[in-house]
Amino acid sequence: MIRFQAVHKSYRVDGRDVPALHAFDLDIADGEVFGIIGHSGAGKSTLIRLINLLERPSGGHILVDGTDMTTLSDAQLRGKRQRIGMIFQHFNLLASQTVAENVAFPLRLAGERDAAAIRRRVDELLARVGLSAHADKFPSQLSGGQKQRVGIARALANRPSILLCDEATSALDPQTTAAVLDLLAEINRELKLTIVLITHEMDVVRRVCDRVAVLDAGTIVERGAVVDVFLHPKHPTTRRFVNEALPEEAAGEQAPFANVPGRILRLSFRGEATWTPALGRVARETGVDFNILAGRIDRIKDLPYGQLTLAMQGARVDDALASLRQAGIEVEEITTPSPENRA
Amino acid sequence: MSSPLQSLFPNIDDWSEIGRACIDTLLMLGGSLLLTVVIGLPLGVLLYLTGKGQLRAMPKLYAILSLVVNILRSIPFIILMIVLMPLTYVLVGTKLGIRGAIPPLVIGAAPFFARLVETALREVQRGVIEASQAMGASTWQIVRHVLLPEARGGLVAGITVTAIALVGYTAMGGAIGAGGLGDLAYRYGYLSYKSDYMLVTVVLLIVLVQILQMLGDRIVAHYTRHQ
Repeated sequence: MIRFQAVHKSYRVDGRDVPALHAFDLDIADGEVFGIIGHSGAGKSTLIRLINLLERPSGGHILVDGTDMTTLSDAQLRGKRQRIGMIFQHFNLLASQTVAENVAFPLRLAGERDAAAIRRRVDELLARVGLSAHADKFPSQLSGGQKQRVGIARALANRPSILLCDEATSALDPQTTAAVLDLLAEINRELKLTIVLITHEMDVVRRVCDRVAVLDAGTIVERGAVVDVFLHPKHPTTRRFVNEALPEEAAGEQAPFANVPGRILRLSFRGEATWTPALGRVARETGVDFNILAGRIDRIKDLPYGQLTLAMQGARVDDALASLRQAGIEVEEITTPSPENRA
Repeated sequence: MSSPLQSLFPNIDDWSEIGRACIDTLLMLGGSLLLTVVIGLPLGVLLYLTGKGQLRAMPKLYAILSLVVNILRSIPFIILMIVLMPLTYVLVGTKLGIRGAIPPLVIGAAPFFARLVETALREVQRGVIEASQAMGASTWQIVRHVLLPEARGGLVAGITVTAIALVGYTAMGGAIGAGGLGDLAYRYGYLSYKSDYMLVTVVLLIVLVQILQMLGDRIVAHYTRHQ
Protein backbone atom coordinates (compact mmCIF):
# COMPACT_ATOMS: atom_id res chain seq x y z
CA MET A 1 0.00 0.00 0.00
CA ILE A 2 1.29 3.41 -0.97
CA ARG A 3 -0.25 6.27 0.95
CA PHE A 4 0.29 9.97 0.38
CA GLN A 5 -0.77 12.10 3.32
CA ALA A 6 -1.05 15.86 2.77
CA VAL A 7 1.95 15.68 0.45
CA HIS A 8 3.00 18.78 -1.41
CA LYS A 9 6.08 19.75 -3.34
CA SER A 10 7.50 23.04 -4.52
CA TYR A 11 10.78 23.87 -6.17
CA ARG A 12 12.90 26.88 -5.40
CA VAL A 13 13.44 28.87 -8.54
CA ASP A 14 15.29 32.18 -8.36
CA GLY A 15 14.56 32.48 -4.65
CA ARG A 16 10.83 31.85 -5.04
CA ASP A 17 8.89 28.72 -4.18
CA VAL A 18 7.14 27.45 -7.27
CA PRO A 19 4.55 24.80 -6.46
CA ALA A 20 4.82 21.61 -8.52
CA LEU A 21 2.22 19.60 -6.59
CA HIS A 22 -0.48 21.07 -4.40
CA ALA A 23 -1.28 19.22 -1.18
CA PHE A 24 -3.01 15.93 -1.89
CA ASP A 25 -3.91 12.59 -0.34
CA LEU A 26 -3.81 9.41 -2.35
CA ASP A 27 -3.93 5.70 -1.59
CA ILE A 28 -2.68 3.08 -4.01
CA ALA A 29 -3.73 -0.44 -3.07
CA ASP A 30 -1.55 -3.55 -3.14
CA GLY A 31 -1.62 -5.38 -6.43
CA GLU A 32 -3.42 -2.74 -8.45
CA VAL A 33 -2.22 -0.97 -11.56
CA PHE A 34 -2.59 2.70 -10.83
CA GLY A 35 -2.26 5.26 -13.61
CA ILE A 36 -1.44 8.91 -13.23
CA ILE A 37 -2.23 10.86 -16.36
CA GLY A 38 -1.33 14.44 -17.07
CA HIS A 39 0.17 16.73 -19.65
CA SER A 40 3.86 17.53 -19.46
CA GLY A 41 4.49 19.90 -16.61
CA ALA A 42 1.41 18.72 -14.71
CA GLY A 43 3.63 17.27 -11.98
CA LYS A 44 3.34 13.56 -12.72
CA SER A 45 7.11 12.94 -12.91
CA THR A 46 7.45 14.60 -9.54
CA LEU A 47 4.59 12.58 -8.11
CA ILE A 48 6.00 9.20 -9.10
CA ARG A 49 9.46 10.15 -7.81
CA LEU A 50 8.01 10.98 -4.41
CA ILE A 51 7.28 7.28 -3.91
CA ASN A 52 10.94 6.24 -3.88
CA LEU A 53 12.01 9.65 -2.66
CA LEU A 54 14.03 10.55 -5.73
CA GLU A 55 12.14 13.77 -5.01
CA ARG A 56 11.70 14.80 -1.41
CA PRO A 57 8.30 16.26 -0.52
CA SER A 58 8.17 19.81 0.78
CA GLY A 59 5.65 18.57 3.33
CA GLY A 60 3.47 15.62 4.25
CA HIS A 61 4.15 11.91 4.57
CA ILE A 62 4.62 9.10 2.09
CA LEU A 63 4.00 5.64 3.47
CA VAL A 64 5.08 2.58 1.56
CA ASP A 65 3.84 -0.62 3.17
CA GLY A 66 3.49 1.28 6.41
CA THR A 67 7.01 2.76 6.41
CA ASP A 68 7.18 6.54 6.36
CA MET A 69 9.74 7.08 3.61
CA THR A 70 10.46 10.63 4.70
CA THR A 71 11.89 9.53 8.05
CA LEU A 72 14.33 6.90 6.79
CA SER A 73 18.10 7.26 7.08
CA ASP A 74 20.13 7.18 3.87
CA ALA A 75 21.05 3.52 4.37
CA GLN A 76 17.46 2.53 5.19
CA LEU A 77 16.21 4.41 2.17
CA ARG A 78 18.67 2.60 -0.10
CA GLY A 79 17.47 -0.72 1.30
CA LYS A 80 13.85 0.25 0.73
CA ARG A 81 14.57 1.43 -2.82
CA GLN A 82 15.94 -1.99 -3.69
CA ARG A 83 12.41 -3.29 -3.17
CA ILE A 84 10.83 -0.66 -5.43
CA GLY A 85 11.57 -1.25 -9.10
CA MET A 86 11.51 1.58 -11.60
CA ILE A 87 11.53 1.80 -15.39
CA PHE A 88 12.02 4.91 -17.48
CA GLN A 89 10.99 6.52 -20.74
CA HIS A 90 14.56 6.47 -22.02
CA PHE A 91 15.37 3.11 -20.42
CA ASN A 92 18.49 4.42 -18.65
CA LEU A 93 20.54 1.28 -19.16
CA LEU A 94 24.31 1.16 -18.66
CA ALA A 95 25.68 1.52 -22.17
CA SER A 96 29.03 0.06 -21.19
CA GLN A 97 27.52 -3.17 -19.86
CA THR A 98 25.84 -6.11 -21.55
CA VAL A 99 22.18 -6.95 -21.11
CA ALA A 100 23.04 -9.63 -18.54
CA GLU A 101 25.32 -7.25 -16.62
CA ASN A 102 22.61 -4.60 -16.61
CA VAL A 103 20.14 -7.03 -15.09
CA ALA A 104 22.76 -8.28 -12.61
CA PHE A 105 23.55 -4.73 -11.49
CA PRO A 106 20.76 -4.33 -8.90
CA LEU A 107 21.59 -7.79 -7.52
CA ARG A 108 25.20 -6.72 -7.01
CA LEU A 109 24.05 -3.44 -5.45
CA ALA A 110 21.97 -5.46 -3.02
CA GLY A 111 25.10 -7.30 -1.96
CA GLU A 112 24.75 -10.57 -3.89
CA ARG A 113 28.25 -11.97 -4.42
CA ASP A 114 27.54 -15.52 -5.57
CA ALA A 115 28.21 -15.48 -9.33
CA ALA A 116 26.20 -18.66 -9.93
CA ALA A 117 23.19 -17.29 -8.06
CA ILE A 118 23.40 -14.04 -10.05
CA ARG A 119 23.57 -15.95 -13.32
CA ARG A 120 20.57 -18.08 -12.39
CA ARG A 121 18.47 -15.07 -11.46
CA VAL A 122 19.51 -13.14 -14.58
CA ASP A 123 18.61 -16.12 -16.81
CA GLU A 124 15.24 -16.38 -15.11
CA LEU A 125 14.53 -12.66 -15.55
CA LEU A 126 15.63 -12.56 -19.18
CA ALA A 127 13.42 -15.57 -19.88
CA ARG A 128 10.46 -13.77 -18.33
CA VAL A 129 10.89 -10.75 -20.60
CA GLY A 130 11.72 -12.88 -23.65
CA LEU A 131 15.32 -11.78 -24.10
CA SER A 132 17.27 -14.95 -23.29
CA ALA A 133 18.94 -14.87 -26.69
CA HIS A 134 20.24 -11.34 -26.15
CA ALA A 135 22.06 -11.72 -22.82
CA ASP A 136 25.48 -10.84 -24.19
CA LYS A 137 24.43 -7.96 -26.40
CA PHE A 138 24.92 -4.33 -25.51
CA PRO A 139 21.95 -1.97 -25.15
CA SER A 140 22.92 -0.10 -28.34
CA GLN A 141 22.35 -3.33 -30.29
CA LEU A 142 18.73 -3.60 -29.14
CA SER A 143 15.49 -2.02 -30.33
CA GLY A 144 13.54 0.34 -28.09
CA GLY A 145 11.10 -2.35 -27.04
CA GLN A 146 13.93 -4.74 -26.20
CA LYS A 147 15.68 -2.05 -24.17
CA GLN A 148 12.52 -1.49 -22.15
CA ARG A 149 12.32 -5.25 -21.55
CA VAL A 150 15.84 -5.13 -20.17
CA GLY A 151 14.68 -2.23 -18.00
CA ILE A 152 11.78 -4.33 -16.75
CA ALA A 153 14.01 -7.35 -16.05
CA ARG A 154 16.40 -5.10 -14.15
CA ALA A 155 13.56 -3.51 -12.17
CA LEU A 156 12.26 -6.95 -11.15
CA ALA A 157 15.67 -8.36 -10.15
CA ASN A 158 15.35 -7.83 -6.41
CA ARG A 159 11.73 -9.07 -6.31
CA PRO A 160 10.17 -5.68 -5.61
CA SER A 161 6.64 -5.28 -4.31
CA ILE A 162 6.15 -2.09 -6.34
CA LEU A 163 7.04 -1.20 -9.91
CA LEU A 164 7.14 2.47 -10.91
CA CYS A 165 6.82 3.20 -14.63
CA ASP A 166 7.94 6.66 -15.70
CA GLU A 167 6.42 7.20 -19.18
CA ALA A 168 7.70 3.72 -19.93
CA THR A 169 6.10 3.46 -23.36
CA SER A 170 6.28 7.08 -24.51
CA ALA A 171 9.40 6.50 -26.61
CA LEU A 172 7.98 3.38 -28.28
CA ASP A 173 5.88 2.86 -31.40
CA PRO A 174 2.24 1.74 -30.95
CA GLN A 175 2.87 -1.98 -31.54
CA THR A 176 5.82 -2.10 -29.17
CA THR A 177 3.82 -0.09 -26.66
CA ALA A 178 1.07 -2.70 -26.76
CA ALA A 179 3.58 -5.52 -26.25
CA VAL A 180 5.28 -3.78 -23.32
CA LEU A 181 1.91 -2.99 -21.72
CA ASP A 182 0.87 -6.63 -22.10
CA LEU A 183 4.09 -7.64 -20.37
CA LEU A 184 3.40 -5.20 -17.52
CA ALA A 185 -0.14 -6.55 -17.15
CA GLU A 186 1.22 -10.10 -17.08
CA ILE A 187 3.78 -9.19 -14.42
CA ASN A 188 1.09 -7.51 -12.37
CA ARG A 189 -1.09 -10.61 -12.60
CA GLU A 190 1.56 -13.22 -11.97
CA LEU A 191 3.78 -11.51 -9.43
CA LYS A 192 0.93 -9.66 -7.65
CA LEU A 193 3.03 -6.56 -7.84
CA THR A 194 1.68 -3.05 -7.48
CA ILE A 195 2.31 -0.95 -10.57
CA VAL A 196 2.21 2.83 -10.60
CA LEU A 197 2.56 4.35 -14.02
CA ILE A 198 2.57 7.88 -15.31
CA THR A 199 1.65 8.70 -18.86
CA HIS A 200 0.15 11.35 -21.07
CA GLU A 201 -1.76 8.80 -23.13
CA MET A 202 -5.26 7.73 -22.10
CA ASP A 203 -4.84 4.62 -24.20
CA VAL A 204 -2.10 3.37 -21.87
CA VAL A 205 -4.42 3.89 -18.92
CA ARG A 206 -7.30 2.15 -20.70
CA ARG A 207 -5.20 -0.88 -21.55
CA VAL A 208 -3.63 -1.71 -18.20
CA CYS A 209 -4.82 0.43 -15.32
CA ASP A 210 -7.39 -0.43 -12.69
CA ARG A 211 -7.60 3.06 -11.30
CA VAL A 212 -6.46 6.43 -12.51
CA ALA A 213 -5.77 9.90 -11.19
CA VAL A 214 -5.85 12.86 -13.54
CA LEU A 215 -3.28 15.50 -12.79
CA ASP A 216 -3.68 19.05 -14.00
CA ALA A 217 -1.29 21.85 -13.07
CA GLY A 218 -0.17 20.14 -9.86
CA THR A 219 -3.63 19.13 -8.68
CA ILE A 220 -5.40 15.78 -8.87
CA VAL A 221 -8.61 16.89 -10.57
CA GLU A 222 -10.25 13.52 -10.94
CA ARG A 223 -9.67 9.99 -9.74
CA GLY A 224 -11.43 6.67 -9.69
CA ALA A 225 -11.84 3.35 -11.46
CA VAL A 226 -10.68 3.67 -15.05
CA VAL A 227 -14.05 2.54 -16.39
CA ASP A 228 -15.87 5.30 -14.48
CA VAL A 229 -13.43 8.01 -15.43
CA PHE A 230 -13.35 6.82 -19.00
CA LEU A 231 -17.10 6.56 -19.51
CA HIS A 232 -18.07 9.58 -17.46
CA PRO A 233 -15.21 12.06 -17.40
CA LYS A 234 -16.10 15.13 -15.36
CA HIS A 235 -13.17 17.51 -15.45
CA PRO A 236 -12.43 19.23 -18.79
CA THR A 237 -8.84 17.94 -18.73
CA THR A 238 -10.09 14.39 -18.27
CA ARG A 239 -12.53 14.84 -21.15
CA ARG A 240 -9.75 16.00 -23.38
CA PHE A 241 -7.69 12.93 -22.50
CA VAL A 242 -10.62 10.61 -23.06
CA ASN A 243 -11.39 12.17 -26.43
CA GLU A 244 -7.77 11.86 -27.50
CA ALA A 245 -8.01 8.14 -26.87
CA LEU A 246 -11.05 7.74 -29.08
CA PRO A 247 -10.80 6.61 -32.67
CA GLU A 248 -11.58 9.22 -35.32
CA GLU A 249 -15.12 8.08 -36.10
CA ALA A 250 -16.21 8.40 -32.47
CA ALA A 251 -15.20 12.03 -32.47
CA GLY A 252 -18.56 12.64 -34.18
CA GLU A 253 -19.94 12.49 -30.70
CA GLN A 254 -18.68 16.00 -30.24
CA ALA A 255 -20.64 17.34 -33.21
CA PRO A 256 -23.65 19.47 -32.36
CA PHE A 257 -26.80 17.41 -32.66
CA ALA A 258 -29.11 20.42 -32.56
CA ASN A 259 -30.65 19.61 -35.94
CA VAL A 260 -31.18 15.94 -35.20
CA PRO A 261 -34.81 15.18 -34.36
CA GLY A 262 -35.60 13.31 -31.17
CA ARG A 263 -33.93 13.11 -27.79
CA ILE A 264 -30.18 12.71 -27.84
CA LEU A 265 -29.00 10.04 -25.42
CA ARG A 266 -25.72 8.49 -24.48
CA LEU A 267 -25.85 4.86 -23.44
CA SER A 268 -22.91 3.27 -21.64
CA PHE A 269 -22.61 -0.49 -21.42
CA ARG A 270 -20.03 -2.21 -19.31
CA GLY A 271 -19.13 -5.83 -18.80
CA GLU A 272 -21.73 -8.38 -19.86
CA ALA A 273 -24.26 -5.70 -20.77
CA THR A 274 -22.08 -4.89 -23.76
CA TRP A 275 -22.94 -8.17 -25.42
CA THR A 276 -26.69 -8.34 -24.65
CA PRO A 277 -29.12 -7.22 -27.37
CA ALA A 278 -30.94 -4.92 -24.95
CA LEU A 279 -31.39 -1.99 -27.29
CA GLY A 280 -33.21 -3.96 -29.98
CA ARG A 281 -35.43 -5.65 -27.44
CA VAL A 282 -36.40 -2.37 -25.76
CA ALA A 283 -37.11 -0.73 -29.12
CA ARG A 284 -39.40 -3.58 -30.09
CA GLU A 285 -41.23 -3.59 -26.77
CA THR A 286 -41.77 0.16 -26.59
CA GLY A 287 -42.08 0.96 -30.25
CA VAL A 288 -39.46 3.71 -30.17
CA ASP A 289 -37.26 4.52 -33.14
CA PHE A 290 -33.59 5.14 -32.69
CA ASN A 291 -30.82 6.37 -34.84
CA ILE A 292 -27.18 5.80 -33.87
CA LEU A 293 -25.15 8.99 -34.16
CA ALA A 294 -21.81 7.80 -32.79
CA GLY A 295 -20.51 4.84 -30.92
CA ARG A 296 -17.66 2.58 -29.94
CA ILE A 297 -17.14 -0.80 -28.41
CA ASP A 298 -13.81 -1.59 -26.82
CA ARG A 299 -12.19 -2.93 -23.68
CA ILE A 300 -10.93 -1.21 -20.59
CA LYS A 301 -8.22 -3.57 -19.37
CA ASP A 302 -10.22 -6.84 -19.35
CA LEU A 303 -13.65 -5.24 -19.18
CA PRO A 304 -15.63 -4.87 -22.38
CA TYR A 305 -17.57 -1.65 -22.67
CA GLY A 306 -19.60 0.20 -25.22
CA GLN A 307 -20.84 3.72 -25.57
CA LEU A 308 -23.50 4.79 -28.05
CA THR A 309 -24.85 8.21 -28.77
CA LEU A 310 -28.29 7.98 -30.34
CA ALA A 311 -31.38 9.97 -31.16
CA MET A 312 -34.61 8.37 -29.94
CA GLN A 313 -38.11 9.18 -31.09
CA GLY A 314 -41.50 7.81 -30.19
CA ALA A 315 -44.32 8.05 -27.68
CA ARG A 316 -42.73 5.84 -25.02
CA VAL A 317 -39.15 7.08 -24.89
CA ASP A 318 -39.29 7.39 -21.10
CA ASP A 319 -40.40 3.79 -20.76
CA ALA A 320 -37.62 2.76 -23.07
CA LEU A 321 -35.06 4.56 -20.95
CA ALA A 322 -36.36 2.96 -17.77
CA SER A 323 -36.14 -0.43 -19.42
CA LEU A 324 -32.59 0.18 -20.57
CA ARG A 325 -31.55 1.25 -17.10
CA GLN A 326 -33.11 -1.90 -15.76
CA ALA A 327 -30.95 -3.91 -18.12
CA GLY A 328 -27.88 -2.39 -16.48
CA ILE A 329 -27.21 0.23 -19.10
CA GLU A 330 -26.29 3.74 -18.02
CA VAL A 331 -28.35 6.37 -19.78
CA GLU A 332 -27.53 10.06 -19.98
CA GLU A 333 -29.61 12.58 -21.80
CA ILE A 334 -27.62 15.14 -23.78
CA THR A 335 -30.40 16.71 -25.80
CA THR A 336 -28.47 19.87 -26.37
CA PRO A 337 -24.75 19.40 -26.19
CA SER A 338 -23.24 21.58 -23.50
CA PRO A 339 -20.55 24.03 -24.65
CA GLU A 340 -17.74 22.21 -22.82
CA ASN A 341 -18.62 19.02 -24.71
CA ARG A 342 -17.65 20.76 -27.88
CA ALA A 343 -14.10 21.53 -26.76
CA MET B 1 85.49 6.82 -42.37
CA SER B 2 82.09 8.42 -42.34
CA SER B 3 78.82 6.49 -42.11
CA PRO B 4 75.68 8.02 -43.70
CA LEU B 5 74.40 8.70 -40.20
CA GLN B 6 77.48 10.76 -39.44
CA SER B 7 77.21 12.82 -42.59
CA LEU B 8 73.57 13.54 -41.91
CA PHE B 9 74.10 14.43 -38.25
CA PRO B 10 77.70 15.66 -38.04
CA ASN B 11 77.44 16.88 -34.44
CA ILE B 12 75.96 13.74 -32.94
CA ASP B 13 78.83 11.49 -31.96
CA ASP B 14 77.16 9.67 -29.11
CA TRP B 15 73.74 8.21 -30.05
CA SER B 16 73.52 6.43 -26.75
CA GLU B 17 73.10 9.84 -25.14
CA ILE B 18 69.96 10.32 -27.20
CA GLY B 19 68.80 6.86 -26.20
CA ARG B 20 69.28 7.71 -22.52
CA ALA B 21 67.42 10.97 -23.00
CA CYS B 22 64.54 9.05 -24.57
CA ILE B 23 64.40 6.70 -21.61
CA ASP B 24 64.53 9.63 -19.20
CA THR B 25 61.65 11.33 -20.99
CA LEU B 26 59.62 8.12 -20.95
CA LEU B 27 60.34 7.61 -17.23
CA MET B 28 59.32 11.17 -16.41
CA LEU B 29 56.24 10.80 -18.54
CA GLY B 30 55.27 7.42 -17.11
CA GLY B 31 55.87 8.40 -13.50
CA SER B 32 54.15 11.74 -13.72
CA LEU B 33 51.23 10.41 -15.76
CA LEU B 34 50.60 7.66 -13.23
CA LEU B 35 50.63 10.07 -10.31
CA THR B 36 48.58 12.62 -12.25
CA VAL B 37 45.85 10.05 -12.77
CA VAL B 38 46.06 8.85 -9.17
CA ILE B 39 45.59 12.41 -7.90
CA GLY B 40 43.56 13.95 -10.73
CA LEU B 41 40.93 11.23 -11.00
CA PRO B 42 39.63 11.52 -7.41
CA LEU B 43 39.92 15.29 -7.65
CA GLY B 44 37.87 15.27 -10.84
CA VAL B 45 35.27 12.98 -9.26
CA LEU B 46 35.09 15.34 -6.28
CA LEU B 47 34.68 18.35 -8.59
CA TYR B 48 31.91 16.51 -10.42
CA LEU B 49 30.07 15.35 -7.29
CA THR B 50 30.18 18.69 -5.49
CA GLY B 51 29.16 20.68 -8.57
CA LYS B 52 25.82 22.47 -8.80
CA GLY B 53 22.86 20.11 -8.98
CA GLN B 54 25.02 16.99 -8.65
CA LEU B 55 24.84 14.04 -6.27
CA ARG B 56 26.76 15.74 -3.45
CA ALA B 57 26.39 19.38 -4.37
CA MET B 58 28.53 21.50 -2.02
CA PRO B 59 28.80 24.96 -3.56
CA LYS B 60 31.46 26.23 -1.16
CA LEU B 61 33.78 23.23 -1.44
CA TYR B 62 33.30 23.26 -5.19
CA ALA B 63 34.17 26.96 -5.38
CA ILE B 64 37.38 26.39 -3.39
CA LEU B 65 38.45 23.33 -5.40
CA SER B 66 37.62 25.10 -8.60
CA LEU B 67 39.68 28.15 -7.63
CA VAL B 68 42.74 26.07 -6.70
CA VAL B 69 42.48 24.10 -9.93
CA ASN B 70 42.18 27.29 -11.96
CA ILE B 71 45.13 28.92 -10.22
CA LEU B 72 47.38 25.93 -10.85
CA ARG B 73 46.24 25.81 -14.45
CA SER B 74 46.92 29.49 -15.06
CA ILE B 75 50.57 29.37 -14.03
CA PRO B 76 52.83 28.60 -17.02
CA PHE B 77 54.56 25.30 -16.35
CA ILE B 78 58.07 26.65 -16.45
CA ILE B 79 57.20 29.21 -13.76
CA LEU B 80 55.36 26.61 -11.71
CA MET B 81 58.43 24.41 -11.79
CA ILE B 82 60.63 27.21 -10.43
CA VAL B 83 58.09 28.30 -7.80
CA LEU B 84 57.70 24.73 -6.61
CA MET B 85 61.44 24.04 -6.25
CA PRO B 86 61.51 24.27 -2.44
CA LEU B 87 58.50 21.98 -2.18
CA THR B 88 60.05 19.61 -4.70
CA TYR B 89 63.18 19.43 -2.58
CA VAL B 90 61.14 18.60 0.52
CA LEU B 91 59.15 15.95 -1.34
CA VAL B 92 61.88 14.07 -3.24
CA GLY B 93 65.15 15.38 -1.84
CA THR B 94 66.35 16.94 -5.09
CA LYS B 95 65.36 19.68 -7.50
CA LEU B 96 67.02 18.04 -10.48
CA GLY B 97 66.71 15.04 -12.72
CA ILE B 98 63.73 12.80 -13.22
CA ARG B 99 62.85 12.75 -9.54
CA GLY B 100 63.02 16.49 -9.30
CA ALA B 101 60.78 16.88 -12.34
CA ILE B 102 57.95 14.63 -11.23
CA PRO B 103 56.39 16.77 -8.43
CA PRO B 104 55.96 19.89 -10.59
CA LEU B 105 54.79 17.79 -13.52
CA VAL B 106 52.12 16.17 -11.39
CA ILE B 107 51.08 19.42 -9.70
CA GLY B 108 50.87 21.06 -13.11
CA ALA B 109 48.99 18.26 -14.85
CA ALA B 110 46.69 16.87 -12.12
CA PRO B 111 44.36 19.93 -12.03
CA PHE B 112 44.22 19.91 -15.82
CA PHE B 113 43.34 16.22 -15.83
CA ALA B 114 40.83 16.73 -13.01
CA ARG B 115 38.90 19.19 -15.19
CA LEU B 116 38.89 16.70 -18.04
CA VAL B 117 37.56 14.05 -15.64
CA GLU B 118 34.83 16.41 -14.46
CA THR B 119 33.81 17.12 -18.06
CA ALA B 120 33.84 13.42 -18.99
CA LEU B 121 31.65 12.52 -16.00
CA ARG B 122 29.18 15.25 -16.88
CA GLU B 123 28.65 13.49 -20.18
CA VAL B 124 27.12 10.51 -18.37
CA GLN B 125 23.36 10.66 -18.80
CA ARG B 126 21.50 12.00 -15.82
CA GLY B 127 18.89 9.29 -16.28
CA VAL B 128 21.38 6.47 -15.79
CA ILE B 129 22.45 7.99 -12.50
CA GLU B 130 18.83 8.45 -11.46
CA ALA B 131 18.11 4.82 -12.34
CA SER B 132 21.00 3.72 -10.13
CA GLN B 133 19.70 5.85 -7.27
CA ALA B 134 16.29 4.29 -7.74
CA MET B 135 17.94 0.87 -7.44
CA GLY B 136 19.34 1.90 -4.07
CA ALA B 137 22.95 2.56 -5.09
CA SER B 138 25.09 4.64 -2.74
CA THR B 139 27.10 7.57 -4.07
CA TRP B 140 30.26 5.48 -3.93
CA GLN B 141 28.58 2.62 -5.82
CA ILE B 142 27.39 5.08 -8.45
CA VAL B 143 30.92 6.47 -8.87
CA ARG B 144 32.51 3.05 -8.97
CA HIS B 145 29.94 1.09 -11.01
CA VAL B 146 28.18 3.74 -13.09
CA LEU B 147 30.09 6.98 -13.58
CA LEU B 148 33.58 5.64 -14.15
CA PRO B 149 32.63 2.71 -16.43
CA GLU B 150 30.13 4.79 -18.41
CA ALA B 151 32.63 7.62 -18.86
CA ARG B 152 35.67 5.44 -19.54
CA GLY B 153 35.91 6.52 -23.19
CA GLY B 154 36.05 10.17 -22.16
CA LEU B 155 38.44 9.37 -19.32
CA VAL B 156 40.88 7.61 -21.64
CA ALA B 157 40.65 10.53 -24.07
CA GLY B 158 41.47 12.80 -21.11
CA ILE B 159 44.46 10.67 -20.14
CA THR B 160 45.70 10.87 -23.73
CA VAL B 161 45.42 14.65 -23.85
CA THR B 162 47.13 14.89 -20.45
CA ALA B 163 49.96 12.55 -21.50
CA ILE B 164 50.63 14.70 -24.55
CA ALA B 165 50.58 17.85 -22.46
CA LEU B 166 53.04 16.13 -20.11
CA VAL B 167 55.38 15.41 -23.02
CA GLY B 168 55.49 19.16 -23.61
CA TYR B 169 55.99 19.86 -19.90
CA THR B 170 58.90 17.36 -19.65
CA ALA B 171 60.59 19.08 -22.58
CA MET B 172 60.20 22.44 -20.84
CA GLY B 173 61.49 20.89 -17.66
CA GLY B 174 64.60 19.93 -19.58
CA ALA B 175 65.54 23.57 -19.77
CA ILE B 176 65.94 23.76 -16.00
CA GLY B 177 67.73 20.55 -15.31
CA ALA B 178 65.13 17.81 -15.55
CA GLY B 179 67.00 15.83 -18.21
CA GLY B 180 65.44 13.97 -21.10
CA LEU B 181 64.92 14.98 -24.70
CA GLY B 182 64.02 18.57 -23.82
CA ASP B 183 67.31 18.94 -21.98
CA LEU B 184 69.20 17.61 -24.99
CA ALA B 185 67.40 19.91 -27.41
CA TYR B 186 67.97 22.90 -25.16
CA ARG B 187 71.64 22.31 -24.32
CA TYR B 188 72.95 21.10 -27.68
CA GLY B 189 70.37 22.38 -30.09
CA TYR B 190 69.76 25.82 -28.62
CA LEU B 191 72.79 26.77 -26.52
CA SER B 192 75.42 25.12 -28.78
CA TYR B 193 73.74 25.70 -32.16
CA LYS B 194 73.86 21.98 -32.99
CA SER B 195 70.70 21.96 -35.08
CA ASP B 196 70.92 18.24 -35.86
CA TYR B 197 70.33 17.54 -32.16
CA MET B 198 67.32 19.78 -32.29
CA LEU B 199 65.98 17.97 -35.34
CA VAL B 200 66.42 14.50 -33.85
CA THR B 201 64.78 15.38 -30.52
CA VAL B 202 61.88 17.14 -32.21
CA VAL B 203 61.31 14.15 -34.48
CA LEU B 204 61.44 11.80 -31.52
CA LEU B 205 58.94 13.94 -29.61
CA ILE B 206 56.63 13.99 -32.63
CA VAL B 207 56.83 10.20 -32.87
CA LEU B 208 56.12 9.87 -29.14
CA VAL B 209 53.07 12.14 -29.33
CA GLN B 210 51.78 10.28 -32.39
CA ILE B 211 52.12 6.95 -30.63
CA LEU B 212 50.32 8.26 -27.52
CA GLN B 213 47.48 9.69 -29.59
CA MET B 214 47.03 6.53 -31.65
CA LEU B 215 47.08 4.35 -28.58
CA GLY B 216 44.58 6.58 -26.82
CA ASP B 217 42.26 6.70 -29.82
CA ARG B 218 42.30 2.93 -30.11
CA ILE B 219 41.35 2.38 -26.50
CA VAL B 220 38.61 5.00 -26.74
CA ALA B 221 37.28 3.34 -29.90
CA HIS B 222 37.29 -0.02 -28.15
CA TYR B 223 35.40 1.33 -25.14
CA THR B 224 32.86 3.26 -27.14
CA ARG B 225 32.18 0.61 -29.77
CA HIS B 226 28.77 -0.14 -28.28
CA GLN B 227 27.67 3.39 -27.51
